[in-house]
Amino acid sequence: MFKIAREALPALFAKMAEIADLFLPVKNNINTEYARFTPESAVDLETLKTAKSPKDLFFPQSETLYTCHRDGKKLSVVPEKLAEAPFIVFGMRACDIQGVAVLDRVFLSEPQDSFYAARRQNGLLIGMACTEPEESCFCGTFGIDHTAPGGDVDTMLTKTHLYWMPCTEKGQVLTEKLADLLQEAKEDELDKEKEKAKALMEAMPYKDVSVEGWGAAAADKNFDSPLWESLAKPCLACGTCTFVCPTCQCYDIKDYETGHGVKRYRCWDSCMYSDFTMMAHGNNRTTQMQRFRQRFMHKLAYFPANNDGMFSCVGCGRCVEKCPSALNIVKVIKAFGGEQHA
Amino acid sequence: MHECTCHQNYTADTLIPKVGIITDIRQETPDVKTFRVNAPEGGKLFEHMPGQCAMLCAPGISEGMFSITSSPTNKEYQEFSIKKCGSLTSYLHDLSVGDAITVRGPYGNHFPVDSALLGKDLLFIAGGIGLAPLRSVINYVLDNREQYGKIDILYGSRSADDLVQLKEIREKWMQAEGVQVHLTIDRPQEGWDGHVGFVPAYLKELGFSNDKTALVCGPPIMIKFVLAALEEMGFSKNQVYTTLELRMKCGVGKCGRCNIGTKYVCKDGPVFRCDEIDALPDEY
Repeated sequence: MFKIAREALPALFAKMAEIADLFLPVKNNINTEYARFTPESAVDLETLKTAKSPKDLFFPQSETLYTCHRDGKKLSVVPEKLAEAPFIVFGMRACDIQGVAVLDRVFLSEPQDSFYAARRQNGLLIGMACTEPEESCFCGTFGIDHTAPGGDVDTMLTKTHLYWMPCTEKGQVLTEKLADLLQEAKEDELDKEKEKAKALMEAMPYKDVSVEGWGAAAADKNFDSPLWESLAKPCLACGTCTFVCPTCQCYDIKDYETGHGVKRYRCWDSCMYSDFTMMAHGNNRTTQMQRFRQRFMHKLAYFPANNDGMFSCVGCGRCVEKCPSALNIVKVIKAFGGEQHA
Repeated sequence: MHECTCHQNYTADTLIPKVGIITDIRQETPDVKTFRVNAPEGGKLFEHMPGQCAMLCAPGISEGMFSITSSPTNKEYQEFSIKKCGSLTSYLHDLSVGDAITVRGPYGNHFPVDSALLGKDLLFIAGGIGLAPLRSVINYVLDNREQYGKIDILYGSRSADDLVQLKEIREKWMQAEGVQVHLTIDRPQEGWDGHVGFVPAYLKELGFSNDKTALVCGPPIMIKFVLAALEEMGFSKNQVYTTLELRMKCGVGKCGRCNIGTKYVCKDGPVFRCDEIDALPDEY
């Protein structure tokens, strides 16, 4: 394990940015979001959660797939170049790293999505332990340890230092390149900090939220429940939950005429929208209740059924904070009995 | 012309289409055309199995999933029978021979011509444009005749003018050995001396023995009543196959659109056995 004094962090970031494109939480006018590091960046490591998850570094909100050129009757297809530049994402929380693991299940399963795969291959994840969990956090529900994020390098920020632990070969290679800036640290220096962080999580309101009863078995069991009607009633179909979610990966493919050909691109879409499933001959989900149910059944039942029990929710709590109708996945889990009372 | 070769260095992705040239267009009915598609250098764009689909795209207009109506036993080209009903299909209907579109696929599973259907007596039941996916199976079966039992084809549409592939039905299917073709139209029409009535009613009237394997495709309302009629006739659910149609974008089970329960219709379908459909949430 290594450490670096807080005052030296700008030098660490500058050095990392020399090695690869560096993305980290940066304060803008409204929010803290992942952004490319520049010496002027207002790096913000105090805000626990960026407003949007870092998923668009791997699965961008919009990306061109290919361009079609027409010349008379002749048509040609020029695929977009795959990402080649190595990049580093610094400061990822345990929930967001698990979010990438969920996206991996979707995009790296056969047939692999080459656009996503290229970014995953080029990306290095630096996790950051959560020392001060917030009221909307419930990563523990999914067995995630907020003090062990699971990146290529895991870090933890204390009052004086950033602690640095390489976890993979990729992380080891980076660590060697940064050796001049890092000093050795003892394994047990963080024990107290970790204990404190765990105790804080124990005091959070969602600590007892449990997904027991969900998973593959719920695919049939919960679908016809009358609870969905009342749960979905306040939903405005705005789709905010799907946009801030680290695991929502539904997408649309569209195109536009650039004047130099037709660019076909994909962009995030949302199962909350009424036209998501609309076809020439009709729509198989005509009510918001059906669309609402689809989102949660997918995350809590269908996805685990197809992915060895892995849930497609990581308990980051962004939807809990951002829903304008105060709806969220915790309410759904709880409505179906998902709370343990010790 | 923009002669770009750099993309040869890029990884091919299932979302990147190929260019297809329309080499023949047949007006089947007032609103259905069959398009023949070849690779620009000739030959087929890809190999497929009966029941599989492909994504056709008119750049700048839209993209849509269509069943491949030609049989894999056709070694020269692929065909798509397309009903004009939206912006993409209207655009396609305005194309001429020699025009180019983009095609990606094939996507999805296929009718079990290489397993469960082998040696079986087959009953094909189609309504309107629903013949498109079944035509691929019918021609595949006829071209591998010795591997299957007796064949019955029940096909109906609104009027005599709305029956697609009539030429092939008369000249190939009706002439084939061990094949019975039963045509019907919804309402009486001058010049039509065949059967008149809806497909489900005609099915019951014909009263097929229930040891056959049924393959059903057509408008949702027809499918609903045909499945009920088959059940009444003593067919068990695992003897009946049909296809589901949901909105699709990616074709590989990732964009989320065609998800019902634990299945993705684009990847796990479009062909389902009826007992498999019964196990899905009622959202199709």
